[in-house]
Amino acid sequence: MNVVTPVAQVLVVAGGSPLLVGVMRQVRARLEGRAGPGVGQPWRDLRKLLRKEPITPRGTSEVFRLAPLVLAATTLVAAAASPFLATTSALDPIADLFAVVAVLTLGAVVLALAGLDTGTAFGGMGASREMTITALVEPTLLMATFALSVRVGSTNLGAITTATLHDPGRVLSPVSLLAVVALAVAVIAETGRLPVDNPSTHLELTMVHEAMILEYAGPDLALVEWASAMRLTVFLGLLATLFAPFGIAVTASPSALALAAAAFALKVTVLGVALAVAEVFLAKLRLFRVPELLAGSFLLGLLAVAASFFLA
Amino acid sequence: MSPAGLSFVAALVGLGLAAVAGFALPGAARPAVVGALSAVSGCAALVAGVGALAGQAWSVSLPGVLPLSGLVFAIDPLGGMFVAVTGGVVAAAAVYGVGYTGHGLSGRLPQSVFPVFAAAMLLVPAAATVGALLVCWELMAVASLLLVVTEHRERPEVASAGRWYAVMTHLGFAAILAGLMLFAAAAPGDSFAALRAAAPGMTPGSRTVVFVLVLAGFASKAGIVPLHAWLPRAHPEAPSHVSALMSAAMVNLGIYGIIRVGFDLLGGGARGWWIAVLAVGAVSALYGILQAAVATDLKRLLAHSTTENMGLVLVGVGAAGIFATSGERVLAGLALVAALLHTVNHAAFKTLLFLAAGSVLRATGSRDLDALGGLRARMPATTLLFGVGALAASALPPGTAFVSEWLLLQALVHGLPASGAVTAIAMPLSVAVVALTAGLAVVTFVKAFGTGFLARPRSEAAARAAESPRGMVAGMVLAAGACGVLALAPTVVVSALGRATAIGRLAADPISGNAVTVRLGGVAGALSPLMLAVALLAGVIVVLGALRLLASRRARREARLWDCGAGPPTPRMEYTATSFAEPVQRVFDNVLRPEQDVEVTHADESRYLVAAIEYRRAVPDRVERRLYVPVLTALRAWGRAARGLADGSVHRYLGYGFGAVTVLLIVLAVTR
Repeated sequence: MNVVTPVAQVLVVAGGSPLLVGVMRQVRARLEGRAGPGVGQPWRDLRKLLRKEPITPRGTSEVFRLAPLVLAATTLVAAAASPFLATTSALDPIADLFAVVAVLTLGAVVLALAGLDTGTAFGGMGASREMTITALVEPTLLMATFALSVRVGSTNLGAITTATLHDPGRVLSPVSLLAVVALAVAVIAETGRLPVDNPSTHLELTMVHEAMILEYAGPDLALVEWASAMRLTVFLGLLATLFAPFGIAVTASPSALALAAAAFALKVTVLGVALAVAEVFLAKLRLFRVPELLAGSFLLGLLAVAASFFLA
Repeated sequence: MSPAGLSFVAALVGLGLAAVAGFALPGAARPAVVGALSAVSGCAALVAGVGALAGQAWSVSLPGVLPLSGLVFAIDPLGGMFVAVTGGVVAAAAVYGVGYTGHGLSGRLPQSVFPVFAAAMLLVPAAATVGALLVCWELMAVASLLLVVTEHRERPEVASAGRWYAVMTHLGFAAILAGLMLFAAAAPGDSFAALRAAAPGMTPGSRTVVFVLVLAGFASKAGIVPLHAWLPRAHPEAPSHVSALMSAAMVNLGIYGIIRVGFDLLGGGARGWWIAVLAVGAVSALYGILQAAVATDLKRLLAHSTTENMGLVLVGVGAAGIFATSGERVLAGLALVAALLHTVNHAAFKTLLFLAAGSVLRATGSRDLDALGGLRARMPATTLLFGVGALAASALPPGTAFVSEWLLLQALVHGLPASGAVTAIAMPLSVAVVALTAGLAVVTFVKAFGTGFLARPRSEAAARAAESPRGMVAGMVLAAGACGVLALAPTVVVSALGRATAIGRLAADPISGNAVTVRLGGVAGALSPLMLAVALLAGVIVVLGALRLLASRRARREARLWDCGAGPPTPRMEYTATSFAEPVQRVFDNVLRPEQDVEVTHADESRYLVAAIEYRRAVPDRVERRLYVPVLTALRAWGRAARGLADGSVHRYLGYGFGAVTVLLIVLAVTR
């Protein structure tokens, strides 16, 4: 049983994700002509929030209180199960594409229920919008991953990664290129980045994610923020692992794992910086234009599947 | 007699006794006796079905009951699976019914017909001749119709729903009758064995006619679009435990009919049939879940979701047929197991959801999600159980539907390289449909649970709700337990279902696995739902531990909700089910075509001051409007025209008779 890999992955994702958010904010700040708070600011924010007293808004139930826990747990499971550092792990039976996508969706659902549980207009609004986007992202996500799994003959993440490792040329095939664009759009929508959602806004006309978590404070908010950062890392990590698994450990030796961790951090940081740079030049889409974007990405996914059949 | 046969007969005898008790006993004692007898019989039927799945065959011939051919009943593994599902649903609904029917529903009619309905549903999958199948099918239809119209005196909608149901179920019956009669005419007898032997000798054309007629009849019972119009009317209007029976057990028998006739009796047939099955399944899944996503009536939402789930099952059945006709036996078995597993799963969670909806209806008198909310405080058990059902229904781990939809997706994904351009187009589209359905199901059940049970009460009735009595909760707990077992240990069921697929030209057992992991045979694929659940639990514990370690230990404090400085937000400001689904409705505007109407009344003093705004919104069923309304209008016009012919004059009627005889004679003279 290789339990080292899942534990290492959880540690890397849990520790590194606030830093990733810090890097992305710093890049944005520099490009916008600001000095920026530094890379470590998200960790400092988390420490500050964790020291505050826990607060329960009046009239909320256990759903509201448990949601951050479940959200963080789903993200941890996804981080542990995905083959970020090594292709084999003890969690292989749940390292299935559909399972990982569904687990991450479960996190979004729990947060939406918490938003509804507050009974405020903001909570309901955020939940309603988030669920609409999730419903539309899911087909795109599955379609793109379907395109990748067809040629491997398996939806197991480890199997897909291994296949790409053995045949690096397939990364540049039309199927992969179509699928990577489709998946990238889905990831951006699912993690609530521009142009789908603006993570740094508190304007009620445009908020999605922030509206849901408006009532959270103190340690609960810290947990939600931290889980959101981990979600971003996991999604970017999936994107990197599926299309560029290079550097991943094939054995479970400590040195290979350390090398894989460095490669993983590098890949995710590059993707994060690219996303941050793109965000500087993008404006948020109107909520009702988002489905068009997702429909386009869905079509790319469908084309990828068709291509994988006809070009095989 | 095998143990399976023995317990099957015991179940039928028990239900017979229950029917007699429901008729003969005094009113106060009826619910308890009928409920207890039905529950025990349901358990016996469950045992019988499981026994049949394990390979115990049983058959009985009753030559004297019906003229000409008599009746023959037999249970094979496929029939046994449906007997087991029906038995389980009957047991949960009967336990629930003791408490639920105690007030207002303890009359002779509902109490004595309920066991009859259950018995008819057990007999349909056991029928082994065309005659027996048709008799039991009709008995089931009539019994369920009587139960649907139980409350017709209290609410006028019930009568209308009953009329829709009566007409559509009989049109469906006529289609099945015509199809099976055509089939039986080509065979030496009407037993299934004779039909099976005669099928290869029929012309492809006549086999297709038989299949299409039978498909239409059975699909209408399963609520498949476009023959679904009765389902969202009849299922919600029935008493809730009957809704559960109808939505979780009766619709399955439509699926049973399609599998039995298509795969078993007709032996597979042409690929075109199964493409048609796949297509109607995909359309039903999408249309059903879209209607459910915008529905605000809790029970109607569940009924639409039944259409969706039956659509998903038919996607699996259609895919199995496509694979079977192109010789991919392993994939066909996989797809069929996925379809059957989804049928079982749907039965479990739909029973639970309808029973929970019944508790809400009993406590608040309302099914309108817009007027509910805040039930978690007053009805904690029902809220928890509905939450379990909603999780099971929304294809999220560790839920029930997740496992079967995963299996279905596996079959579709691996089917792509299988054969030809047809699968290359059909399989990706099916995956897309299943994925979109899964996404919209999440929206639907977050809406149902979030706006119905969480937040604050939006009406007096919801604020004064009280928890259901223990008996009703026990019925729901039974169904929730089934959901839990199916979600965490699907391998227990899946290996048994493998035997049920061993009919026709299909592979016997496509799935292996130990108690923890589902492992697909022949294709690469494995999933461990139990491990997933344990991992999630471990994740929660780890996070909790980290929080203990890192966060401040100060006590929790209550605080006001954020109100933008304008005073506490009132329940009127909450998101309702309608507003929650508004973005989805807007995205699918072109499909749903909602009707909105805004009326602004201006103040007398100035046009610039608004006195009142009236807003109405309805999402009509578009298929119904396009397909049914023209037919109904034409029928009505025809009826009016016919009324002109019959004016009461005897001379005229004699003239019609004379004319008809003359025309007949001329026709005979010319054709002879």
